[in-house]
This record gives sequence, structure tokens and C-alpha cells, in this order.
Amino acid sequence: MKKFAVVAAMATALLGSTAVNAADVEVIHWWTSGGEQAAVSVFAREFDALGEDKWVDTAIAGGENARSATLQRTLGGDPPGAAQFNISRQFEELAEGGLLLDLTPLAESEGWRDFIRPAAILDVCEFEGAIYCVPVNIHSWQWAWASVPAFEKAGVPLPKNLDEFIASAPKLQEAGIIPFAIGGEAWQIGGAMGVVMLSQLGKAGHEAIYKDRNLEVAAGPEVANAITIFKSLKTFTDEGSANRTWNDTTNLVIQDQAALQIMGDWARGEFAVAGEQPGVDYACIAGPAENPYLDTGGDIFLFPKQDDPAVEAAQLKMASMMVNPQVQALFNNAKGSLPVRDDVDMSLADDCMKAGLEILKNPDSVIQGASIYLNQDAIGQTEDLWAELWSNPDLSVEEAQQRFVDIIASAD
Amino acid sequence: MMTTEALAPSAGTSRIEDGPRGAKPRTLTLSRVGVYVFLILAALFFLMPLWVMVVTSLKSMPEIQLRHIFQWPQQITFEPWLKAWDTACTGRDCNGLKPGFLNSVKITLVGTTVSIIIAALNGYALSFWKYKGANILFGLLVFGAFVPYQVVIYPLIIGLREIGLFGTFPGIIIIHTIFGMPILTLLFRNFFAALPPELFKAARVDGAGFWQIFFQIMVPMAVPITIVAVILQVTGIWNDFLFGTVFAGRENMPMTVQLNNIVQTTTGVREYNVHMAATILTAAVPLAVYFISGKWFVRGIAAGAVKG
Amino acid sequence: MAQLATAKEDGAAARPAAGSSGRKPFRLSTLMSIVGTMPMIATAVGVFFICIIYSFVLSFTNSRIFPAFGADNFVGTDQYARLWSTGRWLVSVNNIWFFGLLSIVANMTAGYLLAVFMDQRIKQEDLFRSIFLYPFAMSLVITGLVWRWILDPNYGIQATVRGWGFEDFAFAPLVNSGTAIYGLVVAGIWNGVGVTMAIMLAGLRGVDGEIWKAAKIDGIPTWKTYLFIVLPMMKGALLTAFILQCVGVVRVYDLIVAMTQGGPGISTQMPAVFVIQHITDRSNVGLGMAAATMMLLPVIVLLGLQVFVQWRANRVKENA
Repeated sequence: MKKFAVVAAMATALLGSTAVNAADVEVIHWWTSGGEQAAVSVFAREFDALGEDKWVDTAIAGGENARSATLQRTLGGDPPGAAQFNISRQFEELAEGGLLLDLTPLAESEGWRDFIRPAAILDVCEFEGAIYCVPVNIHSWQWAWASVPAFEKAGVPLPKNLDEFIASAPKLQEAGIIPFAIGGEAWQIGGAMGVVMLSQLGKAGHEAIYKDRNLEVAAGPEVANAITIFKSLKTFTDEGSANRTWNDTTNLVIQDQAALQIMGDWARGEFAVAGEQPGVDYACIAGPAENPYLDTGGDIFLFPKQDDPAVEAAQLKMASMMVNPQVQALFNNAKGSLPVRDDVDMSLADDCMKAGLEILKNPDSVIQGASIYLNQDAIGQTEDLWAELWSNPDLSVEEAQQRFVDIIASAD
Repeated sequence: MMTTEALAPSAGTSRIEDGPRGAKPRTLTLSRVGVYVFLILAALFFLMPLWVMVVTSLKSMPEIQLRHIFQWPQQITFEPWLKAWDTACTGRDCNGLKPGFLNSVKITLVGTTVSIIIAALNGYALSFWKYKGANILFGLLVFGAFVPYQVVIYPLIIGLREIGLFGTFPGIIIIHTIFGMPILTLLFRNFFAALPPELFKAARVDGAGFWQIFFQIMVPMAVPITIVAVILQVTGIWNDFLFGTVFAGRENMPMTVQLNNIVQTTTGVREYNVHMAATILTAAVPLAVYFISGKWFVRGIAAGAVKG
Repeated sequence: MAQLATAKEDGAAARPAAGSSGRKPFRLSTLMSIVGTMPMIATAVGVFFICIIYSFVLSFTNSRIFPAFGADNFVGTDQYARLWSTGRWLVSVNNIWFFGLLSIVANMTAGYLLAVFMDQRIKQEDLFRSIFLYPFAMSLVITGLVWRWILDPNYGIQATVRGWGFEDFAFAPLVNSGTAIYGLVVAGIWNGVGVTMAIMLAGLRGVDGEIWKAAKIDGIPTWKTYLFIVLPMMKGALLTAFILQCVGVVRVYDLIVAMTQGGPGISTQMPAVFVIQHITDRSNVGLGMAAATMMLLPVIVLLGLQVFVQWRANRVKENA
């Protein structure tokens, strides 16, 4: 490590480059598209405005690529000053290995526990009583996006839950509309299945399975129902669904060729770009259920330990800036996500976002996604299972459920 | 392998002028037409995706959403091309593809040169100067070619960290040399092994040593295979993204990082026209290399044949 | 790999002067040869040998994100047991044989065919060569997307041909679990056949002109000369192209991620995708390394076979 530092210092001196000054903080993230760029610029601008410190931007597209780069560079002794991760267990080994800056004193002095809501998103950052990351936004999977003209054309009302939707799907099909739009990528299928499961299990059942690993619930009728619903949704999709990206799928709803897509709240951006109005051209249905639950996925930032105390001071400043109420408002308005605290001005938010904020206010409607409770390995196994279920009509409900129970039983 | 002593220099030269062998009627015969029909059909198959990319890159987003993928744009716009090069956002910076361009050129130029010189030496030594254990080394190398990159990334990170080259320009060059070595060595070894052994024997009789034979005889002979090596290496290094992000250090990030940032977005909106333009723009350099080096291909045979 | 042995023996037989064994006195040129191949020695031993041992050892641990070698990390063959009871891995193993066989045969055939046609004194050789090669230069992220569009039943070839009035035309390999792999083969050939063609062309042009004269005098038809006389003479080029294809097949990753992501379902999963996903995003390095070790097993067997064959040959020589 020392040798590296010496060589690095020499190289810097020789090249006269501006490499990493004392107060430069390099930030690795995967926000690379136009809208995401606007959001990350809020952070960078606000951080630079704090003083001498500089936000040095390293954007690497694709979550897995960016996360791998952070992990590998940390191991290589050249960690970034800050790095984006998801709200999940992706970074637990960094924290356990003592490679991350401890944010506990900052969090305590600013009272993060008091204003960050729901509390669970801060729990994710906590290892053995110390806080190692900052949650910056909330995204939820539990949304259905419906084409209003498509439902009008078929003469059926907008569904309020999945059962209503399945009941009206044949009519949509008769009207020449693809009832259920989905892209066949594993993460889209897995995500949609998660939403279907939650709609059947409710909060209690969801927590029983993932948090308490209750195998009876996993083997129970709700999960069987969810699998059955999922299999019937498959019959209402189109031939081209295999391997379609989620954007192309959303586009089918925008073009009114398809009636409904289950996708996280980031889909809103596609409608906005296409100039569609919520309530007129499209509808966002939370849940989709009468009593919708939202999970609180989203992004966090963590700060790998640095040798330089000046960088460490800047890292703490950055962490504090990210949860600042004004910054939260600006950032989340640009990103189209929900803020991690209640006291921010979201007057610019559209109707769908406001509906989401309303649901988040009630702690009973907020759940933790499966990825908080299960590690990535188990999450991946369930994703494989649902992908196989989706494409293989011979996989029976019973067998799929048995395999699901096995995954939960062996999950770490 | 036939001996080449009978092959007079003139024969070699005439081969170049006449081009390849086979039936060579000057007039247009049926078989000639057949050859061209086959090549043109094959070319159409190969060009189909490029056609889709080009027309898509010239369309506006609303037109793309209509999804007539083979159709010429109703209204041509060059906006996506400008955006891809100049203003597309990759993270906080909105400078398009251009910032990493020079880094990519630098890495590709040095990386290709170093790895090809080393591989040519390996292939030469393995063909003519086999020492004890050389075959085992080569076996290990070929073996290494089958290992997915990601499997060996951690030991490499630790190794480079220990010698202080992690996240530096020499570091990324070393990485490309290592991963190019198995295939390139194989390429040169098989090429040299197929050369007439009389060449080597004659040089030995004349008293030439290891380096002399390499530089004076083997290097000029190896031009055709070097071109294949250049094609492989330029493409591999230019398109590398994984190693660039991990080993190159922030200062040396290649252009593909920006390309990937533009084309690979998870939760953002996808601008397909910009993606297509960016892809074609990024591929322009390897394409130029193919086109230019292809001409040397013929010249290389000339050099080899004359020497032979 | 068996061919590798033949080629090596050919070389050795043809070149007895090229001092290959330690029985001969140690010469300066041998030293030079070692000096000249230092980078190879360092890479073969320092990188690949160590890395293979390293991943092999890791496959017996429960490492998650970072490699962990602690005493309590060793879990015996648990990872292998899990690997071979994972449906997705079993599908991957089946796929790689099928995909590999099909795409190598198709690629070599198409590559040689193109090379032969390119060898017919084509005036626009530069142009055609670039057309066949260009796919190799393109990022697979986007070309995968373009192929997906082309093969999409709603907008691609199928829709276009139906638009011409052939209502029953069906061509959408990617949508079906049983046919998706053929779609991958087509795109794989599109991407890689140019390189095979370039190697074959280099091989063709390396063949002695005298052969052609002799064949002509004997009145052998051109196609027969290409197939029965020239082709067997291009062992080096064929071997190179073949190994290149094998490596490409074993490591196939980008193509899958760009075109099918292993779908529909898990029908186009491949071993390399399994390995890479598990050592990165799925945070199960132990299982990923177990899979990587299994991937290397066929290669080890083939290389071992070659060593054995060589050893036998040497013994026979010594006894004689």
C-alpha cells in the first residue's frame, strides 16, 4: 500500500497532473442517462459550492459494472472517495471488512435517525451499530402503468387490482390490444413476480417469508395463488416479449398497443419524455391493489476509507450534503424518485409521485424488498426460478412452489 | 510442406500482380458471375444490421417509436451524431464520446504494439528454439485463453497493487499484453511452424543467432499473420471496457467507458438514435485499421514471397 | 487439441536442428530464447498457473464478494454439490456443447467458403473484406440490440416479409425457448466469421504457388484443389481458427447478455455467464469458481491427453 502511494505521488509529480488533490472526492455511480445526469449534477453542484472540495465524476454505466469497479478498486488499494450502491446487501462485506468510513458520529450529530424515513432504509446502512452509508432516494417496484386509450377502446374500466385486470384481459385481447406488456429479461420477470407475490401475501406474509424464513407461509396458498396468477399473465402477453428491454415495453403502453405493464416508478420518465399526461394518456396504479404496499428500494452512497484526512473531511461533508432537505428536493425532482425525508418541498412532483409520497406516509404500507432480507445469491436463484417458470409452461405450480421453498430454506 | 527453393522471386511477384489463383479468365463467365453473386449476397447479410443502425441513427425519436426498422427516415436528422460525439451525457459530464478518444488511441497503439512484439517473439522461440519446458509453458498459456477474464481479475489486482502499477497506464498495457498473449502466441507459433524449415536451417548455417534470424528473416515473413494479429488486438483493446474501468485509472479511461455510459442505461430513457450513432462512431477506428491494414496484407505476401 | 499435438510433432520432425531437448549442450541461443520469452514465462507461470490454482482453491470456500481463505471458510465440495444440482448450470452445460458444435462448424465452413471466394481475384477485395470484418469491431451491446430488433416478430424480418404479402411467413427464433439458441448462432457467425475468413485467407495465400501450377497441369478442377489439396495444407490456419473459435465459445458472454440475457427463461444460459454473474453481482465467488473449474476440466483433459500421447511417443522412440 505504501509502495503504491509513493509511486503514485511520484507519478503525480512527474506528470504534473492534477490527479487527486487533497480535497478531490471521486464518485463512482451509474447514473448515465440524460435525466439521471441532471440529478447527479445537483449533487455535484451543491458539493462544489460548499467550499474548496471538488466532486470528481466517474460514471460507469450498468449497476453491476459500477459496483464491480468499486469493489475491485477498493481491493486494489485505489478506492474511490464515494460510490453508489443499491439499498440491499450488496456491500455488506465492505462494511464487515472495515473498508468503509464510519459515518456514525455525523449521523448522530445531524440526527439522521430522526428524519430519514422509513427507518428501514437506514437500517440497511448499519452494521454492528455503526452507520456506513447514506440513502439518497427511494424507488418502488409496485406500480402498474396502464394505457387509458387502450382500456377505453376495449370498453373495460381501468383495473384496481390484478384480479380485475385478468378478468378484463380477454376483452382487451379481442380489441387487438396486448393485455399484458412485459420484457422477457430475468430482472423484469423477477420484478413483476415480486409485485404479484406482494399483492397476494400482503405485508405480513411478505415479512414472514423473507424476514422470518417461515417455510409454511412460503408453501402456503398465497404463494400458490401468486404463481397461478403469474402463469395466467403469461397467456396475455405477446409473441415479441422475449428479451425486450423495459423501455421498449413501456413504449408499447405509450403507443397504446399494450394495456398494462408492471414496472418500477422509473417508468414514469418514459411517459414524461413522450409528452404523456398522467390520468389522461396513462394511469399509474399503485400496488396494483386496493391496499397498495410500496417497497423502498433506491440508492445509497458509501465512502471507502482513505489515507488522506482532507479527503475524509470532504467525504463527511458530502454525506451531510446528500441528506440536506434542499438538496433532497432538487435531486429527487430531477431523478423522479422519492426523497428519503418527509420535510422536503415536492410541489413540482407529478400526480403519480404525489400518490407514492402519500402511501409512504403510512408505515404500515411500506415494506422492505426481498433484497434487504436475502443475499444477492438467493435473490438470483429466485430470479432464475421465475424466469424458468415464465418460459416453461410444463413447470407446474406445485414444483415451482417447492423450489421456491427450497431457496428460502437454504438462503443465507 | 513442399520445398520453396523452386519458387523463384518472379513467381512470387507475379502472384501479387495477378492476385490470387484459381481460374483466371479475363472475360465475364458464368462462374465469375456466380462468385460475385455469392459475395454480394453474403455482403448484404453482413450489412443488414449496419443498415438498421444507420437509418435509426438518422431518425428522430418519435419516428423510431413507430418501429419501421428497415425504412429510410422520413426526415433525416444529423442531430444524434452530433450529440453522440459532442454533447451526450455520461454521468455529470456532457461531452459525448470525445473525451476518452485520445486515451483509447494511446492504449490501443501501445497495447497492440507491445503485445504483438512479445507474442511474435514467443511464437518464434516456440517454433525454432524450443527449450526444456517450453511446451508446458505454451500449454499453460493456451489453457489461460479459456479462463473467463473475471475469474483471474482478483489475483491480477493484488499483483499489480504490489508492484505499484494498479490504476496506471503501464498497468493497463500489462493487462492487455497478458490477455492478448495466449491467442497471439498461438497465431505466430502456428504461422512460423508452417514456414519452410529450410529458411531457418540456411540462416543457422550462415551463423545467424536468435535475434538476427528473428529481425532479419522472420519479422518480414510474418506480415500476413501480423495483420490478423493487429485485427484481433486492435479490436480487443479498443472495445475493452472491463479492464479499462478497473486497471487504467481515472486519467486513462478509454472511450468505451463513455460509449457504455451512453448506450447502457438501466433506469433512464433510451435514445436509440444516439446509441446507434455512438456505436458507429466508436467502431470507426478499428474499421479504419482493418481497411488500411488490409492493403498491407497483399504487400506483406509480396515481402514474404520475395524472401522465400 | 489432439491436432495441436500433431502439429507440434510435425514441427519437431521437420526440424531436428531446432534443438528442443535438454540433452544437447546449453547454448547461448537457448539462453536468448529464454530471455526473449521472459514475458511468456511470467504470464504462463505468474498469471495463468497461479490464477488457476487460486480459483481452484477458492472453489472449496464459501467466499462471497471477496476471496476468503480463512480456516472457517473452507466448506469442502459443497459448492460442487450445489453446482450440479442447479438447474441453470445443467442447462448451461448442455447449451455450450450444442452452441459450440453448431457455431464452430458453421463458422469454419462459412469462413473457408468466404476466403475461397475472396481468393478469386476480386477487384473490390478491400471493400468485401471490410464488410465481412466490420461486425467484429462493433460493440455487442448495440449490435445485440439491433439483432434483437431484426429478429423481433413484430418489427423485424418476419413483419417485413409478412408485409409483402406472405402472411404465413414465420421467422422469430429468439421468442421461443427451443430456437433462441439458433438466433445466437446466426448473430455469432455474423460477428466472428470475418476473422475466420481473414485467417483462412492468410493461410490460402501462404500455400505455395507451385501447388496450383501442378494441380492445373494435372487437370484437377479448382474446387477439388481447394478442398482436397489446399485445405489439408493449411493446418496452421485451420488450427488457429479452430482454437480461436473454441475460446470464443467457452467464454461466450457478451453475445448472450446483449441478445437474450440467457432467456427465454433459462434456455440460452451459458457457463461463462453463470461464472461471471456469480463472482460479481450474485456475490458467490465460491460457487462461481467451482463453475469456472468445471469449465476448465475438458481443457485439462485434452491437454493431459496430449502430454500423455507425447510421452508415449517419446518412450517408443527411446525404446527403438
